[in-house]
Amino acid sequence: MTTTVETIPTKSRRNTELLLLLFAVAIVLFAWVDTEMANRGAVPAGLVAIGGGLLTLVVLFNLVLRWKASYADPLLLPIATLLNGLGLVMIHRLDLAAGDYGFDGDAFRQLIWTGVSIVVAGAVLWFLRDHRTLRRYTYTAMAAGVLLLVLPLVPGLGSEQFGSRIWIRLGSYSFQPGEIAKIALAIFFAGYLVQARDVLSLAGRKVLGFTFPRGRDLGPIMVAWLISVAVLVFEKDLGSSLLFFGLFVAMLYVATERVSWIAIGLVLFAAGAYTAYLLFPHLQRRVMLWLDPFSAASLEQSDQLAKGIMGMAAGGLFGTGLGKGRPWLVSMAESDFILPSLAEELGLTGVFAILVLYGLFVQRGLRTALGVRDGFGKLLALGLAFSVALQVFVVIGGVTRVIPLTGLTTPFMSLGGSALLANWSITALLLRISDQARRPVPEGDGLHAIPRRRHTASVAADTQAVSRP
Amino acid sequence: MSELTLTLMRLGLLVMLWLFVFAVVGVLRSDLFGTRVSRRTARRRATQRSAVPVGSPAVTGYATPAPPSPAAPSARPPASGRAQARAGASAGAARGIPTSVAVTDGRLAGTVIPLTPAGILVGRNPECSLVLDDDYASGRHLRLFLRDGAWWAEDLGSTNGTFLDSAKLTTAQQVGVGSVLRIGRTVLELHG
Repeated sequence: MTTTVETIPTKSRRNTELLLLLFAVAIVLFAWVDTEMANRGAVPAGLVAIGGGLLTLVVLFNLVLRWKASYADPLLLPIATLLNGLGLVMIHRLDLAAGDYGFDGDAFRQLIWTGVSIVVAGAVLWFLRDHRTLRRYTYTAMAAGVLLLVLPLVPGLGSEQFGSRIWIRLGSYSFQPGEIAKIALAIFFAGYLVQARDVLSLAGRKVLGFTFPRGRDLGPIMVAWLISVAVLVFEKDLGSSLLFFGLFVAMLYVATERVSWIAIGLVLFAAGAYTAYLLFPHLQRRVMLWLDPFSAASLEQSDQLAKGIMGMAAGGLFGTGLGKGRPWLVSMAESDFILPSLAEELGLTGVFAILVLYGLFVQRGLRTALGVRDGFGKLLALGLAFSVALQVFVVIGGVTRVIPLTGLTTPFMSLGGSALLANWSITALLLRISDQARRPVPEGDGLHAIPRRRHTASVAADTQAVSRP
Repeated sequence: MSELTLTLMRLGLLVMLWLFVFAVVGVLRSDLFGTRVSRRTARRRATQRSAVPVGSPAVTGYATPAPPSPAAPSARPPASGRAQARAGASAGAARGIPTSVAVTDGRLAGTVIPLTPAGILVGRNPECSLVLDDDYASGRHLRLFLRDGAWWAEDLGSTNGTFLDSAKLTTAQQVGVGSVLRIGRTVLELHG
């Protein structure tokens, strides 16, 4: 009796991806027809044109992948397409409620942004042949990231909306540079940590089972903390502050395998958040709304969270049906509160499907990080996937009262071009890294590198060879 | 638009969403279980072997380009006969030419991998053909290679050393069927 352990051969699975893409586009178009039927009793006029356009774009993307990254992960693109499409349908549905049909609505702008984002993502895949090229720009990425972060503070350029100064305004266009900064900082953290991780993980004293770093190694985490506190104080944006600091701590933990970094990060975050809570009245309001959204004092401040919760409750298990609910009653129903809008009309069943899709998207990112062989790629894939996960947690946790509500966009779904552009770029980077993670390695000579994917404890066995004469 | 149609569309959308989720998970499954562990007898493998596409570009983890399967067994005996004649009194060769290495103790106990003409590398490093999960093993610990028709074991400067039949391996030594190699907590045995 012999045992053989074989790696199941990796398939490129581009055809699977194409089928899933067709399925995703079909779901989106079906949802759109459903909305229009319920609202206006007719099939939308632009169904063929817009549906065909969307289909062409994603099929072209599939072709780009076949050509430039044939072993890329087959699931990221269909999931992103479906989430983006559902967001579009919901934004259109809110347009209908507001009386905006056709080209003057938010949905049309979002549609244009979707097209632009998919093209940009395709271009990233086309021109970035190897993600390790990005490592050369580690410090450029840092400069770009920090610059983008502070850009909204420049007088005349930045503009304050809804109490946060995270937009820049150029003519009639507004842009949220923090979304792009997220990617730049993930590149910087990956490049920096892959170099510095030995120093950050080896030295230190052991206290209560944790290895704590030396004082001087605390520098980087303190700098990251100070920058995120600065974002919190000057831009008054808890969401992006939390996102950047969380991203850094998570990547630091993965790079060094030291649980103490998480402990230190949490303590620093708690200290910063509590101090900010004591100092800033708008944070105190947020906490009050979180703890007790239905009290008279809270409703006087804002009924947004309360209405969102009522909307979700109205949806029940199966939802009111697209076009049949009243999601427009909540302010910001098309951006921060897009999930409650969907929850009202698709119900718990629909929302769970969406959350599972986010989970699967993040899982594919983490899987890529496990599979890829270079440290930089691992950290970058992890950082990008984690940033999506954290963002989903912060915004959906906010609208469902798990944590205080902070303004962050729901990836792929919220109204907003910069967020869409950033998320599609993240998808493109993950696809690029996953191509290298899944691509079979050319056969070696047996003595030298047969770098194998993903197994720390496994055996390569040659099924062809004979074990017993 | 009738209420019934709308209700059907509404529920149909939810069904489609979940079908999509299950389709995605279905694709995922193949990736989660990335290795296939199979136990089989030599005879059954011989029949299965022909079913495996030789040299398929998608197949990963193969140590060498596989020799045409029917040729492999017939090629062995003459080679071993020659080696035995030449090596003479060498202890390893007297025991016969091994064709596989089995892990008899340690975390990977029960694993058997065939010795391919290109030799195998044993260690903790994922690039090795036998990847050990043993704290006392080095990244590239031991090399088993074929020279002049006989198999040799060579320690690659490992931290904790390799023991061949309870003697520490200092230089490359010839090994044969029944030779026992110990690396940390892992025991390897060569089988004919």
